[in-house]
Amino acid sequence: MSLTLDAIRLGARSTLPFLLGVPLLWLASSHVSSFVEIILITAAINIVLAVSLNVVNGLTGQFSLGHAGFMAVGAYTSAKITMAFRTTDILALPPTVSDQVVFLLALAAGMATAAVAGFLVGMPSLRLGGDYLAIVTLGFNEIIRVIIENTAFLGQATGIAGVARRTNLIWAGTGVIAVVAMARRLAGSTHGRALLAIREDEVAAEAMGVDTTGYKVRAFMISSAFAGLAGGLLVHLIQLCTPRSFTFVKSIEVVTMVVLGGLGSVTGSVAAALVLTISLEALRELQQYRMVMYSLLLIVLMLTRPSGIFGSRELWDMMPLRRRRSALPDGGASAPSSPLDANADEEP
Amino acid sequence: MTSSAHSPVLELRKVTMQFGGLKALSDFDLALAPGELVGLIGPNGAGKTTAFNAITGMYAPTQGDVLVDGERVNGRRPFQICRRGVARTFQNTRLFKELSVLDNVRIACHHSSEAGLFAAFMRTRGFLDDEARIRKRAREYLSILGLLQHQDSLARGLPYGEQRRLEIARALATGPKVLCLDEPAAGMNASEKVELMGLIRKIRDDFRLAILVIEHDMRLVMGVSERLVVLDHGVVIARGTPDAVRRDPKVIEAYLGDPHAGGGTRPALGGRG
Amino acid sequence: MIEFFQHLVNGISVGTIYALIALGYTMVYGVLKLINFAHGDIYMVGAFTGLYISQMLDVDERPSLAKAAVVFVGSMTVCGALGMIIERFAYRPLRHRPRLTALITAIGVSFLLEYGFQLPPIGNGAIAFPPGPTPRFFPEPFRRVDFEPLGIHISNYDIVSLGVAVGLMFALQFIVYRTKFGMAMRAVSFDPNIAALMGVNVNRIIAWTFGLGSALAAAAAILVAGSRPTINPLMGLMPGLKAFVAAVMGGIGNVPGAMLGGLLLGLTEEYVSGYLLSSYRDGIAFGLLILILLFRPAGLLGTMRPEKV
Repeated sequence: MSLTLDAIRLGARSTLPFLLGVPLLWLASSHVSSFVEIILITAAINIVLAVSLNVVNGLTGQFSLGHAGFMAVGAYTSAKITMAFRTTDILALPPTVSDQVVFLLALAAGMATAAVAGFLVGMPSLRLGGDYLAIVTLGFNEIIRVIIENTAFLGQATGIAGVARRTNLIWAGTGVIAVVAMARRLAGSTHGRALLAIREDEVAAEAMGVDTTGYKVRAFMISSAFAGLAGGLLVHLIQLCTPRSFTFVKSIEVVTMVVLGGLGSVTGSVAAALVLTISLEALRELQQYRMVMYSLLLIVLMLTRPSGIFGSRELWDMMPLRRRRSALPDGGASAPSSPLDANADEEP
Repeated sequence: MTSSAHSPVLELRKVTMQFGGLKALSDFDLALAPGELVGLIGPNGAGKTTAFNAITGMYAPTQGDVLVDGERVNGRRPFQICRRGVARTFQNTRLFKELSVLDNVRIACHHSSEAGLFAAFMRTRGFLDDEARIRKRAREYLSILGLLQHQDSLARGLPYGEQRRLEIARALATGPKVLCLDEPAAGMNASEKVELMGLIRKIRDDFRLAILVIEHDMRLVMGVSERLVVLDHGVVIARGTPDAVRRDPKVIEAYLGDPHAGGGTRPALGGRG
Repeated sequence: MIEFFQHLVNGISVGTIYALIALGYTMVYGVLKLINFAHGDIYMVGAFTGLYISQMLDVDERPSLAKAAVVFVGSMTVCGALGMIIERFAYRPLRHRPRLTALITAIGVSFLLEYGFQLPPIGNGAIAFPPGPTPRFFPEPFRRVDFEPLGIHISNYDIVSLGVAVGLMFALQFIVYRTKFGMAMRAVSFDPNIAALMGVNVNRIIAWTFGLGSALAAAAAILVAGSRPTINPLMGLMPGLKAFVAAVMGGIGNVPGAMLGGLLLGLTEEYVSGYLLSSYRDGIAFGLLILILLFRPAGLLGTMRPEKV
């Protein structure tokens, strides 16, 4: 008897954000103009990209510069699947429902293949540290692009046109919920702490029993899976799947968002992605001057606030949910005892 | 493989570490029985930390074998050797500076966690129990080392003496059979050192550990060790009880050239430094 | 057979250009441990500076060797100065920050140059600045003469280009290994704190390193621009990236390594795309890089600095 109760509790605990979020999204999507909707979806995709990259660059402290390559893998996989099932209805379901189911499967498949790509890229690269990792991941990004451009099955340089329009606010918003939930739960677990240890001092982490290479690869795979999700969402929005959407310039844009938000801060990544997407939209009037202002903004921000908008703090740390209890005159040097920590409330 | 009271928990057989043309360790033999407290001393550059690095897997021995509980661990990665029961502290503390004191110790408990990534994402009951267990265990170690009141402070905010104790707490939390302390008293004042001596003995007694200590402070290492191994230029020049080693002419000669032995210009190998 | 030697000639030609650009990356990385993303764009600025100077000197109508020299040296000087200015205002304030911060700033500078140069021109005439996005013709500094020894296509441009590039590399070798400045540079790249304690003016060394690297990039640009029909604000993107790959292949921070990497990349690109997969040309650089790093993680001539525990 209690087994089913446990199962129900588990189900509720793990899916709560979705149970709350999806109805809200559904409500919102019917009240929002299509122009605003597109901006919000674009912002959502950028949030998924930034938060997922933060797992590698921020939480684990590895310098990966090839995120767009994994986007591409997920994008092409999901596009091919939805195109294959364009005229088939799964399980004899009505077409509209079937379309959604196919889309879900396509996105999931995109995440899976992107994760595999993450593994293949990560395994050799993660032995190299620091800047070498950056250049190698950049290299893989470009290699993926060049391979796509030379493969007829993938539409080569022109790409695949006529991808079904499936992405809407609900899907994109659910993607955001998923990535943020993943990042939070990861950070508040022993696995997240292992990643932080790798960032802080890899030698010491290894000496304390952390399989540093294994964890770096895992972080890479999780991160690239969600990049694949973002890629799938993107191509089913713009209805086009070309390599030009996934160049190293895109990778650099995502890195910029992560650093601007603050390395290691999920809130920061969300905020930066939102701010940058919206301001780029708002500046659209200025056409060519838009990118110049964007680059000036980058430079000024780095010179004035190098640790990013949020540094390494999270929104949920700044709320006074627990009394700090250190005997030391901290002057703010107290580590947030975050409510992320499972069982944080069980204190004698 | 069970270790009887007589088979060594840590053994080094003819370990040689060669870096290019430099032989940092030559034919180094060492056997540590469970619960033994052994001091590893020698002038600067004698190869003591190199020995630690060979034991913990930072370097693979050029020649020779390292055995933990009778099992050969050459060439294994440091994290695997840690899981087999060897923990260490570092000469210059390598704490996770931007993390809290509690987190530093919790990370050391990580390798014994049972909940996988999927469980973490799903927040299963098993995962929550695991987290509670880790938290409780980490707090216990902090409490033993007198650091519990700082559990939420950033590691880099701690005073130096407390940082060194945190390093020890962290190493202990990995649940080792052998604890390797690399100059645990460096930078401490006299009263802190006395406390440390008591602490080391207590840890050995309460946790039934074998402890290997590198130290330059003669009074401390002689006071705490049951026996000593003396290295010079990568070679063992003496072994035995502190009294015997103190009087060994080869040891005196090795230190006469080193003005920093115990902190004076005379060979301060005795009780008064 | 002829094809083989043609590829050889082309490969060396391209390779020396990569080498010149790669030198800038490697020197800056050596002293600052910074990947100067904006370096490829300084190459682009070099080309445009050359364009403006050429137009001011009326090279189109009356080319001469003297004018060519002025264009060359002028462009190198301007870019050298630009490099020093960028270092002073965009990178120096971030010297003690984590490297990722300076990297983002470098990206910002790179974008600024690329998009800034694409803005519509202010003012009239040939010297209107910014140049705008349309490609512009670069006037030939001297008359082009083509030879065909043994059936291989080669022009006086190729010969001059090679000669100048090699000359510059020898000059750099001399500077780095036989002057006080070069010694100071190497000291700073080994450990800036210790170098400072030894009396080296680290700020000045870094500034001049930037200047030198940028000047070399400008030289490469002029050599290329002279023989290609057009230049455009995004021309630095690919060469910059590939030159960076070349620098890493040779061992980032290692001067002879950059030269070796550049040549190796140029030759490999030529031969692989010539005989095998021409459309994969851009991917060859990275494929080669990954291969090299797999077997020599520090690059061909680089040395792993082991971490002392």
